[in-house]
Amino acid sequence: MMPDFSHPADYAIALLPEIVLSVWAMVVLLVDVFQKGSRSEPSSAVIPWLAGVGVLLAAGANTWLATLGTGPASAAIAMDGFRIFANYVFLLAAGFFLIISTRYLEEEHMRLGELYVLVLFATVGMMVFAGSADLMLIFIGLELMSVPVYVLTGVNRRDVRSAEGALKYFLLGAFSSAFFLLGVALVFGATGATNLSEIAIAVGVDGIGASPMLLMGVAMLAVGFGFKVAAVPFHMWTPDAYEGAPAPIAGFMAAAVKAAAFAAFLRVFLTAFPGLYDTWNAMAVWLAVITMISANLIALVEGNVKRMLAYSSIAHAGYLLVALAAASVLGAASFLFYSLVYTIMTMGAFAVVIAVAGRQEANLDLESYAGLGWKRPLLGIVMTVFLLSLAGFPLTAGFIGKVFLLRAAVERGLVLLAVVLVLASLVSYWYYLRVAWYMWFRDAEPGAGAGPEPSTGLKVALATAAVLVLALGVAPGPLLSLAEQSAATLLRVPAATVGLLLP
Amino acid sequence: MIGLLQSIGYPDWVLNALLLVPVIGMAALLAGVGGRPRTVALVIAVAELAISLPLWFAFNPAAAGMQFAAEFAWIPEWGIHYRVGMDGISLMLVLLTTAILPIALLGSYNYITNRERTFYAMMLLLEAGIIGVFVAMDLFLFFMFWEIMLVPMYFIIGIWGGQRRIYAAIKFFLYTAFGSLLMLVGILYLFFKYRALTGDLSFAYADLLQVPLTFGEQYWLFGAFALAFAIKVPIFPFHTWLPDAHVEAPTPGSVVLAAVLLKMGAYGFLRFLLPFFPHAATHPTIVMTMLVLGLIGIIYAAWVAAVQPDAKKLIAYTSVAHMGFVVLGVFALTVRGLQGAMVVMLSHGLSTGALFLLLGMLYERRHTRLIADFGGLATVAPMFGAAFVFTALASIGLPGTSGFVGEFLALLGTFETHPWVAIIGTTGVIFAAYYMLPMVQRIWFNSLDNPANRDLPDLSRRELAVLAPLIAGMLWLGLYPKPVLERMEPTLSALVRTVEQRSGPALSFEIEIADPIDTPAVEGRAGGGQP
Repeated sequence: MMPDFSHPADYAIALLPEIVLSVWAMVVLLVDVFQKGSRSEPSSAVIPWLAGVGVLLAAGANTWLATLGTGPASAAIAMDGFRIFANYVFLLAAGFFLIISTRYLEEEHMRLGELYVLVLFATVGMMVFAGSADLMLIFIGLELMSVPVYVLTGVNRRDVRSAEGALKYFLLGAFSSAFFLLGVALVFGATGATNLSEIAIAVGVDGIGASPMLLMGVAMLAVGFGFKVAAVPFHMWTPDAYEGAPAPIAGFMAAAVKAAAFAAFLRVFLTAFPGLYDTWNAMAVWLAVITMISANLIALVEGNVKRMLAYSSIAHAGYLLVALAAASVLGAASFLFYSLVYTIMTMGAFAVVIAVAGRQEANLDLESYAGLGWKRPLLGIVMTVFLLSLAGFPLTAGFIGKVFLLRAAVERGLVLLAVVLVLASLVSYWYYLRVAWYMWFRDAEPGAGAGPEPSTGLKVALATAAVLVLALGVAPGPLLSLAEQSAATLLRVPAATVGLLLP
Repeated sequence: MIGLLQSIGYPDWVLNALLLVPVIGMAALLAGVGGRPRTVALVIAVAELAISLPLWFAFNPAAAGMQFAAEFAWIPEWGIHYRVGMDGISLMLVLLTTAILPIALLGSYNYITNRERTFYAMMLLLEAGIIGVFVAMDLFLFFMFWEIMLVPMYFIIGIWGGQRRIYAAIKFFLYTAFGSLLMLVGILYLFFKYRALTGDLSFAYADLLQVPLTFGEQYWLFGAFALAFAIKVPIFPFHTWLPDAHVEAPTPGSVVLAAVLLKMGAYGFLRFLLPFFPHAATHPTIVMTMLVLGLIGIIYAAWVAAVQPDAKKLIAYTSVAHMGFVVLGVFALTVRGLQGAMVVMLSHGLSTGALFLLLGMLYERRHTRLIADFGGLATVAPMFGAAFVFTALASIGLPGTSGFVGEFLALLGTFETHPWVAIIGTTGVIFAAYYMLPMVQRIWFNSLDNPANRDLPDLSRRELAVLAPLIAGMLWLGLYPKPVLERMEPTLSALVRTVEQRSGPALSFEIEIADPIDTPAVEGRAGGGQP
């Protein structure tokens, strides 16, 4: 019973995961309001569990949606494997967030019901953002995702860094939304359509007769996406926002928000503008090169681990831009695989940051990691696994992901871009390994204790993430084919646009 | 003997066992198996040696191809298989590895006192990685071993090293990774070419070897692979990581680093560079460049070694000089030259490994490595002195020792194709005496004027037991190298033939391959989405 969008109820079927999660988020909000006596009281400990149930329900709905198969390419709601796969990534990130944040938020007096609700709504936004095939819906998804995340960045009201980060993020984010909207308007003006497949038909083969208005619109869209994925030179907000946001939220932003923006970026550029590939290809390549090189170079001198991870997330945006530049089934598949892997290893690394940071996130500098491996061996080992994976070392998922990206680039003939990618990774070895050397090569300050024991949730998250990183590094096979199959459905084309097909 | 081995299926499982046993040992150590970690590690290393020794008999010396092959699908979605095999080149290097490891562990039995468990786990992981590099017959698998081996070495240098250990560890890591990352792009390019040609996905050595490449592609790919290997060998001017890493590493680390790790680069030359890119590898300019770099390595390293006040650093530089002979032998592109290169590698593994062990023993006694702190030690520790002097002489190529056979063959092979290079290279043998003999003189002879040296204990039984096999090996290779040479001959002759045939002008290497962008293979394989 594949919905063909002839009846309004079909939209309810196509949007089932989003609807389930939104409704559940409202339920959680109501439960929280009715349980709390006064505003100042912390929310009940049951709220995070409730939110977790919502994530599971949405994942179930997503699985059910996957059984329906691939829908018409012209629909406003994409019914394809790409969306299903991306939805899993967002839900996984949300799940990780819930597990690693419980004790942290309690200790920082931030156990607020609305915080969990905002995370759920942001996840809904991501799913709409990445799963729509119409520019208007994509914009709605973008806002639905961004507004909760602005609030989440500033949720720690006692911390001036949090306020600063949130303000910067909000101002620049609003600015970028304006760019995006202008792009939508220009593209609509040039092609008379907001539906991606209709735009593709209007643009035509090889972009013949592309008007300046259309090109301007494409450029504006790229700027809007560039802000959201934190590509250099649109990355200025990132380190401040990540540093200011509480660590679990920073991890959620680094993993899920970026993945959502990239998924939409790929969907728009690969399905609406394949005819203009020769035009935007150079932009994607240069954006990737600049992002990879400059983010890695800045991260070299960063002594604060949370900020270092922020720059590392910018660098990873550069790697993912390589997937965009490759603009092929392989490119889209490598993006899907890498975004999943990146979510796992980043959430893992942020979980370690939470375990080390202590109250008020006092211990964020490298010095706090001195001798960590010998004081708390398990924590040291899992952090080393995450660092090696972020750096892209064999037997970790990060390596397979990076090889996938490189493969997509090389098979597209972008060998030089692949070379830049590996050289940028080489630079990144330095700052990832520096954390490892603080942990293992240095001894702790004599007076420093072992720090508090991580909460059970944190332990579960760390173990899960480490096992997944290693398992996907050793036996990635099934997931690789799933990613390829999912990506292939993104690039299926309506009959009228055959000839625009990218490899 | 062969019948017995075959009856237990030895050829089928031996390589898998060689890779698995150290990993199991590592896991056991980290899991906290009882007994002192050093004992556990030694038992594992000896077991590994015992498993590998029958290879010598089971190996068919007449065959040039891969023996003891094993294969199973690992990531079939990308055509990645676990494929291992062994020819005459791998055989010698694997045996060298399995022989050196127990010696390195026993030789430094008392050297590592803190965090023993982790240290020995790292050593075993290192052994698995090195053996993996020598037997992998799938380029993805090869790259994995090649890279993964950096991690234990990084920790060995960084945690148990000397004063400047962090600097040395990170420098070692970044230098080596730099080359290998470019090689990764090269491997993926070959993979992509193979797919464009056949439509199949494969990382198999035998498959990628068949990929026809244009001249231009050969040069670029040669560059990418050669850089990775040249850094590892190391060839001048990529050698600067070596003195730091060797000097800062703890004794067992230095021994494995010098005796086995450096061979991985030269192995890469033989296994990949020559057969994959024969046009580039036989191009006169490239050959001459490599030979000159080898010569510079030989002579420059000898001069630098001569002025080192630190004995360990001196030995570290001699490694660069020895590896220069290997480069000469390899790029002479004659069977004799290749044999010489192989023997120099084996000989260097034995003699330099022994020298690092001896210096480690000296360091354990006196906690200094400065040549000036010693003098006249031969009178208080005669056995120690005799072992040291013999090893030093073997290292500089005294006739009757392994060093002589190797350098002689390498130079002879070079002389056949490049006489002048060989003649200049011969001066390196003289310079070797110039750096080694004064050091020996100042440590072991001269007058015993430092009172701290007066009651230096002689070699213990354990130390003798460690050195004896190394010295026996040097003598054996020096006096009767025939069994070793004849086991490598068919492989090396086949290699030279392959290079000659494939670089011949008759073959057309200009087959144009379809433009990558037009390759339609993707949609067919991804499946499912076609309307």
